[in-house]
Amino acid sequence: MTERAALRWQEAEIAAIEPVTGRVRSFRFRVDFAERFRPGQHVDVRLTAPDGYQAQRSYSIASAPDASGTIELMIEHLDEGEVSGFFASVAEVGDRIELRGPIGGSFVWTGRDAGPLLLVGGGSGVVPLLAMLRHRDAAAPDVRALLLYSARTRSEMIAREELEARARDEPGFTLMLALTREPGGRRIDRARIDAALGALGAPAHAFVCGSNPFVSAASDLLLDAGVPPGVIRTERFGG
Amino acid sequence: MATRGFTGRRPPEATRERLPPGQYLTEDFPVLQLGPTPRIDLATWRFTLRDGAKPLKSWSWEAFEALPRTTWQGDIHCVTKWSKFDTAWEGVTVDDILADAGVAAPTEFALAEGYDDYTTNVPVADLRGGRAMVATRYAGAPIPPDHGGPARLLVPHLYFWKSAKWVNGLRFTKKDEAGFWELRGYHMYGDPWREQRFTGD
Ligand SMILES: Cc1cc2nc3c(=O)[nH]c(=O)nc-3n(C[C@H](O)[C@H](O)[C@H](O)COP(=O)(O)OP(=O)(O)OC[C@H]3O[C@@H](n4cnc5c(N)ncnc54)[C@H](O)[C@@H]3O)c2cc1C
Repeated sequence: MTERAALRWQEAEIAAIEPVTGRVRSFRFRVDFAERFRPGQHVDVRLTAPDGYQAQRSYSIASAPDASGTIELMIEHLDEGEVSGFFASVAEVGDRIELRGPIGGSFVWTGRDAGPLLLVGGGSGVVPLLAMLRHRDAAAPDVRALLLYSARTRSEMIAREELEARARDEPGFTLMLALTREPGGRRIDRARIDAALGALGAPAHAFVCGSNPFVSAASDLLLDAGVPPGVIRTERFGG
Repeated sequence: MATRGFTGRRPPEATRERLPPGQYLTEDFPVLQLGPTPRIDLATWRFTLRDGAKPLKSWSWEAFEALPRTTWQGDIHCVTKWSKFDTAWEGVTVDDILADAGVAAPTEFALAEGYDDYTTNVPVADLRGGRAMVATRYAGAPIPPDHGGPARLLVPHLYFWKSAKWVNGLRFTKKDEAGFWELRGYHMYGDPWREQRFTGD
């Protein structure tokens, strides 16, 4: 896949804002590429102060490509966060925010890529995986998929109700949780990875997303469990 | 256009002068790579210089470690927006690699190649004159695998995706051939001071 067209900045209006968890808000932005991006891709957002000072950050697209004319971003409020703090407490519906995209050509899954599809997400790292699951439902429901999702607590799970409903209603989709701060909770370890691989079978594609330490640990566990390196794609949010 | 209500948390003036546009300073050392960290055995490690498909010279780890060593200290800039100041690297400059092979660069362009099948293109002019090295030490210790060890290319004046991790060769090419990210919309050259992140920037 070759993408050599220029990416230009556009002013995107915030069409809707919804709370997702105590620290995560969902934003719908009006953009001209809502139908033509691939699940897993992200956008760059650029904020400008009155004196011209600018801050840029990347945010994954949570929605699947569709005809709505909007994309959804889910932004977690980090303590002292310069850009996430703006989105947590300043941004309002109707604001116009500069962004450009879609960006990224490696951490992507389209319905044409076969399954089984293994998704491993930590915290807000579930966002691009959600886009893949939404797209799978719309475009490739026969592809078997499993999401292994690590969050601190049930209430900090992003899109919990949606994910649980998908696990209940969509044949071929399995949700496995690793809630690290619930009583008896534990991190993703080799036993969880083996259980996921046992339930899914050998994945054709594995996508791992989250903080740096999460992605390093989870992708090492996948290698230890025998998943070939060429199958695994990673996206690191920082931290 | 100013963003309504955004004031920003400005870094001090001395920091701002060292930050290319759109970058922010981090004290950590974040990781950018497209897949898992490959497992590389020094006993079988090799670095190979090629002119197109033709090998010019290949080094084992011991032979490579015996080449003249150079240190470099300075700032690095990742296209995912972080910059890190005063990083310290040690390795073998591309000039010294070419000298040991007894060849002059046969073309004006090169592709760096990695153990993870990653490639990235850099003009030879940006690799020569002490501007690039194959680094084997970071901050006085072997480079950790997550940061590209045992050996990574270091071209610090370009965005850091050009500094291929787990590098195992340099291939000279007749034309400027796009590498992995360059085929996926990232800039062919990648100068952070001109903010050349993507095609058309
Ligand atoms: C490709 C990509 C996709 C991303 N997608 C999303 C997404 O969908 N949703 C989302 O909420 N974020 C996402 N991020 C992270 C996002 O780009 C910002 O890094 C994050 O919002 C913090 O920016 P800030 O300006 O609020 O914090 P800063 O002011 O830059 O930092 C505030 C504090 O938080 C720490 N910090 C910064 N970033 C992180 C991090 N990611 N994790 C933990 N600590 C951090 C800093 O070290 C500092 O101490 C993505 C990042 C990348 C590279």
